[in-house]
Amino acid sequence: MSEGLSRRKLITTGLAAAGGVAGLAVAAKIAGHYGLIPPDSGGIYGVGETLTYAAQRVLMSHHSMAREFNRSEVSKVIPVSGEPPENDDYQRLVKSGYADWRLTVDGMVARPAAFSLEELKRMPMSTQITHQACEEGWSFIAEWHGVKLSHVLNLVGVRPEAKYVAYFSYDGAWDSLDMPDAFHAQTFLVYGLNGEDLPTRHGAPVRMRVARQLGYKSVKYLSRISVAYTLKNIGDGCGARSPEIGYSWYAGI
Amino acid sequence: MVRVTHWIYSLSFIGLVVSGIGILLAHPRFYWGETGALGTPSVLDLPLPFMLGGPSGWGRYLHFLSAWVCVLTGMVYVASGLVMGHFQKEFVPASGELTWKSVSRQMWSHLRLKRPVAEDALRYNLLQRLSYLGVVVVLLPAMLWTGMAMSPAVVSVFPFFVTVLGGQQTARTLHFFVAILLVLFFLVHIAMVCLAGFKSRVGAMITGKSAGGKEPL
Repeated sequence: MSEGLSRRKLITTGLAAAGGVAGLAVAAKIAGHYGLIPPDSGGIYGVGETLTYAAQRVLMSHHSMAREFNRSEVSKVIPVSGEPPENDDYQRLVKSGYADWRLTVDGMVARPAAFSLEELKRMPMSTQITHQACEEGWSFIAEWHGVKLSHVLNLVGVRPEAKYVAYFSYDGAWDSLDMPDAFHAQTFLVYGLNGEDLPTRHGAPVRMRVARQLGYKSVKYLSRISVAYTLKNIGDGCGARSPEIGYSWYAGI
Repeated sequence: MVRVTHWIYSLSFIGLVVSGIGILLAHPRFYWGETGALGTPSVLDLPLPFMLGGPSGWGRYLHFLSAWVCVLTGMVYVASGLVMGHFQKEFVPASGELTWKSVSRQMWSHLRLKRPVAEDALRYNLLQRLSYLGVVVVLLPAMLWTGMAMSPAVVSVFPFFVTVLGGQQTARTLHFFVAILLVLFFLVHIAMVCLAGFKSRVGAMITGKSAGGKEPL
């Protein structure tokens, strides 16, 4: 064991470490330029989030489809988490059979609009039989009916500079999608479950359905959609309610 | 390189185990097939409380951060191991070594906690070779595979990750059992280091030097 060898080793290790740090800095710059940094990229955990999100957006197709199942594979038990909102605004809607409910679509769009449930149902209906996993660990397969979010976004005309689609719930939750997921063919505004109207506890009258991400992205009881360039001025600026309570923004994992 | 990656990996392993327990506590129940939830049959119910709205949040953040450290370190380790011949030299049992007789002889001497004589201690013995090989070639890739199979975005591009296993809940269950095997390996590994003399062994694992000469590491 000569001293020269250990010095050489030390220098190589040092150079490798310095190269690694420089490489990471350059990678972060490039990732920022191409929109590969998730809104909750702050802090030490943000490093992992950024790696996951950037790796998936760079290496994987934006159009890959979540697996579809047969109707015979639909789960007998459709679990549900959380209770419907108790606030007066929502309770009034339930009593009126959602007649006064409107889905507002605003932000960076050419023609802001407010759609009633009937108007959404008159749009082309899409159906998917997909697997939904909760971040807790349980999962189920169900048949969802609704209109593609992309259809509604095309109606209102998303401005080309826009980067995110944020959506808000009567229960105080809100979330957002980047454009690959917002325009994905399995991202629905859902108003039906297993051939019936969406039950109240499953998010009536309309919930989001994001087939390539964990269940919590499929926010229930929708009230408003807003197209944005940045999410910094909504809530804590982390892109969703979930990072504010400790859950990552990107849930494609 | 083997030693540097070992210690980085150790940190990420602890991160993965701690955060894995955090995620598990949200739903300490296991299923087989595609789906499973309360109200459906399970294959294993752990006697643990269901803890919602907490540990699985930071658990998930820490799990994927640690997983990235683990995978990136693993790639460096495997590349350098192949180039430098670490695996071929140290892990693959020598021809003729892999007989029932020598395996049972080694097991017996391990069970009696017999210490190896000086020159034998400088190279990995058969049981070490087999268990290290099992961890690197079978268990760690299985963790990665079953982990990928639970990702809705990844399986939308590579459905075979989950279809060959028979379902997303099966992947989750296997992920848990393989993790148990890795934790067992970890505990035995630490116990062996302690038995062999904690100070001198850990010193050797960091510096690569042993009192008797250079380590095979």
